[in-house]
Amino acid sequence: MDVKDLQLKANSIRKSIVTMLNAAGSGHPGGAMGIADVLTFLYFSEMRVNPKDPHMSDRDRFVLSAAHMVPGLYATLAEAGFFPKEELTTLRKFGSRLEGHTVRNLDIGVETTGGSLGQGVSIACGMAAAAKVDGASWRTYCIVGDGESNEGSVWEAALFGSKFELDNLVFIIDRNNIQLSGTGQEVMPLDPVADKWRAFNWNVIEIDGNSFDDIAGAFRTAREVKHRPTCIVANTVPGKGVSFMENKAEWHGKTPDDEQTKQALAELDSLNANG
Amino acid sequence: MQTVNLRNLSELELKPIRDGFGEGFLNIGAAIPDVIGLNADLTESVRMHLFEEKYPERFFQVGICEQNMAGVAAGMALSGKIPYMGSFANFSPGRNYDQIRTSICMMNANVKIVSSHAGFSHGSDGITVQMLEDIAMMRSLPNMTVLVPADAYQAMQMAEAAATIEGPVYLRLGRSETPLLFAEGTPFVPGEAQLLRDGSHVTIFAAGYLVFRALLAADNLHKQGIEAQVINIHTIKPLDEASVLAAAAKTGAVVTAEEAQVNGGLGGAIAEVLGRKLPTPMEMVAVMDQFGETGTTMDLNKSRNLMEDDIVAAVLHVLERKSA
Repeated sequence: MDVKDLQLKANSIRKSIVTMLNAAGSGHPGGAMGIADVLTFLYFSEMRVNPKDPHMSDRDRFVLSAAHMVPGLYATLAEAGFFPKEELTTLRKFGSRLEGHTVRNLDIGVETTGGSLGQGVSIACGMAAAAKVDGASWRTYCIVGDGESNEGSVWEAALFGSKFELDNLVFIIDRNNIQLSGTGQEVMPLDPVADKWRAFNWNVIEIDGNSFDDIAGAFRTAREVKHRPTCIVANTVPGKGVSFMENKAEWHGKTPDDEQTKQALAELDSLNANG
Repeated sequence: MQTVNLRNLSELELKPIRDGFGEGFLNIGAAIPDVIGLNADLTESVRMHLFEEKYPERFFQVGICEQNMAGVAAGMALSGKIPYMGSFANFSPGRNYDQIRTSICMMNANVKIVSSHAGFSHGSDGITVQMLEDIAMMRSLPNMTVLVPADAYQAMQMAEAAATIEGPVYLRLGRSETPLLFAEGTPFVPGEAQLLRDGSHVTIFAAGYLVFRALLAADNLHKQGIEAQVINIHTIKPLDEASVLAAAAKTGAVVTAEEAQVNGGLGGAIAEVLGRKLPTPMEMVAVMDQFGETGTTMDLNKSRNLMEDDIVAAVLHVLERKSA
């Protein structure tokens, strides 16, 4: 899939995110919009997954450790054909398969239950280690929030990943600098984040997380590096694609009303036309 | 309920419960290649070193990272492995309860949580290590099985049986030298209580080290003309409700005995069933909502009223209530 097609997919995913959060009335748009390009690349270019056979034993594993970004994952899975897009507007509703944080359900492509930060990182390490024990070829990918990295258990996982040389494991740190209570700098400064991961002996690649060229290059390098896990520090724009959401901490955890939704969808449509 | 013939307890043979686990873990590792060992820098203390030496490619020393260990174990289980993760009970589940709840129990991940030094079994290490709340924590979680072996032989059987239970298992081990109760070949069936001694006046439900003291108490009571039924509740969850109800119906008086907090442990589990289905006069021998202090295992069991005399006193008390 070329860059133009990936951009169209990402834009469609962003529109789904806006639409589903408007319908849900609560949830987290900021991070989901920002990470949409990485999710698009993972599901449409990088990972070995098959929506027609979601239980496939040698599928690549994806763990959303920052599980509040789940609208982005659901929108991507629906875009990829794991379940009908119509289901997206059931987000958070009673009886829905789409909970407000991830719940393991391989039928719809969701690998892990999340919602308590700093845990998916460990699960991803365990998956990668199990693949090593079996000599299996499948790889494990895990999106980690920068705010999530306040949790000490993230750094326990960092120690584990390098000790066991998990070169079949890629973490993507969504470096968007917003958390629930404000900017990362206000809540708990993380910089120099890339140096921290380097100090834990990971293969670290810093990229523009909203550039498909950067994203593609990083995942390519990750496959080539042996004996070390890779940490891609993806600098992303929270709320990417919608002018009034971009880089606004207030959009970390609030949803667009009907008028804002209309404006957001119009802006995203115009990106398609201009792109 | 399973009827069990005990060894001759007049010739006591002692063996730490954790040693039995170590042998069973080695056995199940040999039988099932998917069994994995994980440990947070307490490998020999939890008796996982035998497995580590034999199967280094399946053993992960995770360092002093109990939270990560629980998540890693979950990830391995979701990938078809049967991980056993070992530490002290105060660290695991004490420190990693949230990981056990979210990453293990909510996904019904096939992880075996093996926790040593529970209760007062390493009293001299001080009050932090004296984990008394683990049973309450673990039995509150959906999908969790809670196993408490009464001797080293049973611990070996539990180590092996845990792999055949689909889903998370908590296995509580002690460090103390513990009398061997069960003869070779005594079967162990998860979830099926064991009748160790029959009697018609009162039922003593016991778990772990306190099973032996319950048997001693029953001997003493017999000399006073009181016949106590002694039942080993090795599986605190899922509780063998049918056996609990049948025993309570037969004797009409119940005492529970365990080396754990009175809040939410074995006594609580039995009380929940009897309260709902068959209210029965009941006394609990347990730690009464307090922490320990430094001392030997025996100092602490005596000071917290967990000895055979305390069980006898509880029986006499409950019999007064039964006849009132």
